[in-house]
Amino acid sequence: MNFELTEEQLMIQQAARDYAQRELIQDVLERDANATFPAKHVKALAELGFMGMMVDPKYNGGGMDTISYVLAMEELSKIDASMSVIVSVNNSLVCYGLDKYGDEFQKEKFLKPLASGEKIGAFLLSEPEAGSDATSQRTIAEDKGDHYLVNGTKNWITNANSASTYILIAQTDPAKKHKGITAFVLDKNSPGISLGPHEDKMGMRSSDTHSVMFTDVKVPKENRIGEEGFGFTFAMKILEGGRIGIAAQALGLASGALERAVAYAKERKAFGTAIANHQAIAFKLSDMAVKVENARNLCLKAAWLKDKGEAFGVASAMAKQYAADIAMEVTTEAVQIHGGYGYVKEYHVERLMREAKLTQIYEGTSEIQKIVISRSLLR
Amino acid sequence: MKILVLIGNVPDTTTKIKFNADQTGIDTAGVQWIINPWDEFALTRAMELKEAYAGAISSVVVANVGSSQTEPTLRKALAVGADKAIRIDAEAKDAFFVATQLAQIAGEYELILAGIEASDYNGSAVGGMLAELLDRSSVSAVTGLDLKDDKLLVTREIDGGNQHLLCTTPLLAIVQKGIAKEVRIPAMRGIMMARTKPLEVVAPVESSYATSIQKLELPPTKAACKMVAEDNVKELVRLLKEEAKVL
Repeated sequence: MNFELTEEQLMIQQAARDYAQRELIQDVLERDANATFPAKHVKALAELGFMGMMVDPKYNGGGMDTISYVLAMEELSKIDASMSVIVSVNNSLVCYGLDKYGDEFQKEKFLKPLASGEKIGAFLLSEPEAGSDATSQRTIAEDKGDHYLVNGTKNWITNANSASTYILIAQTDPAKKHKGITAFVLDKNSPGISLGPHEDKMGMRSSDTHSVMFTDVKVPKENRIGEEGFGFTFAMKILEGGRIGIAAQALGLASGALERAVAYAKERKAFGTAIANHQAIAFKLSDMAVKVENARNLCLKAAWLKDKGEAFGVASAMAKQYAADIAMEVTTEAVQIHGGYGYVKEYHVERLMREAKLTQIYEGTSEIQKIVISRSLLR
Repeated sequence: MKILVLIGNVPDTTTKIKFNADQTGIDTAGVQWIINPWDEFALTRAMELKEAYAGAISSVVVANVGSSQTEPTLRKALAVGADKAIRIDAEAKDAFFVATQLAQIAGEYELILAGIEASDYNGSAVGGMLAELLDRSSVSAVTGLDLKDDKLLVTREIDGGNQHLLCTTPLLAIVQKGIAKEVRIPAMRGIMMARTKPLEVVAPVESSYATSIQKLELPPTKAACKMVAEDNVKELVRLLKEEAKVL
């Protein structure tokens, strides 16, 4: 078994680390406080090729493997989970969806600018009444002959405002329930699309999250991804891949928190010595390190399976559930280790803790991941 | 114009250095290798010049003296955008040896950039030596470099200010931090293309060494600092006389 990373993977990891630690760190606190979108970083990361990492170079992508993507996501997330969720949605939901299931027309028109980062994408599945239960789609796409007419509301949409391209999941045949759900790709500026206000979130505040309302929006037939009724399978398959990105994000939050806690513990003195020399703290750090190592191994294994073309749905569910849950534990413990300083924004760890919470909720809650995992055991 | 950038392969700056058994070199086990930071700045400036003056600068080539262990570092330079890498296959034992090896391939480059020092031995010698072996002009402490028609506008840092020079080629510029604002991060495209770019391995020429390392030693551990109250001059004098023995 070879646990070594290739030269290219190490270079990609280093590039992400350098950008995060040199550039993202500069304004991450200010953007979190003011919930400002990281426009200049999106542009810079797009130029470096981080927006379409795994897409084939013939469609402007980087042609990199999923392991490289996990490494990059971890490094970016150590510093800025808002930025990394923008990267993740673009890479492993939108680009992946079009790359795997789009036809040539859709790839030429939509995938190319997304992969180059010229445009960014959003994935519209969740609704006010449908989160974990994605079968209860209320957004309707009516077949009108040469186009579909879409009406409904989607919520919690990452990149809703900054995106130019949407992947939309809607009901084409309510009678068929989840077998009557269909996937579409469309231009965000289509007439009839309007956005709700920017959500005032607990964490990942620099990424833009809005509700999206569809009022008689026309979607050309050629924008349908796959056949009618394929949409639910499409969404589930795409989320399997997206799960790896979010698992890597949670990993980064945890490993970033651990790094900060170790550095602080070596400096801070109490009772005559660095707190790192007190076993209570040292043992906390030990527990955190084991959790981070486990999370990393799960993420890399899921990525490795995906790269080999093998089934990876259970592996990615395990990675996402575990990494998110330990991210919450490790970031909370990091705040504790920092004591009073951990409670103020300047020391970053309170932000990491706020950000970790969302990783347990979105792109499939930890509970949903457990359904996936337990079903695979009990089949 | 062709630019050659000299690339040193050095331990990552966070490495805890340990000596080998006979203390004549470092223990390389577990060491992460990087491009010498000063050479990285030089390479960044070379790439900036190539992009700004695409017509005038035909290629940026990087060169290193080292065993095959240095090839990943050379590929990092290719990932940043260099067109070709040259590795002279020999252990880089001292500055004179390195300069002699580089001299066999460096003559055809109108502009050679060398970092002012390397973060391992901090010798600050290779650039100047290479210029002399090639019998070409060199300028040191360079913090600014630009093309001006067919000449080079060079800025160097001197006591009390900056000196601006207009230089002709061939030139060897020994550069320091300031030559580029920030080191360039390689794009994903560059990283994936690095292996497709030529990495030429050249046999070494006969050469002597000018120096040999007798022994490497750690500096003595500093004793704890004794604080003396500011009005207790008598105690200070006593300590200086009886303990430090400097009076």
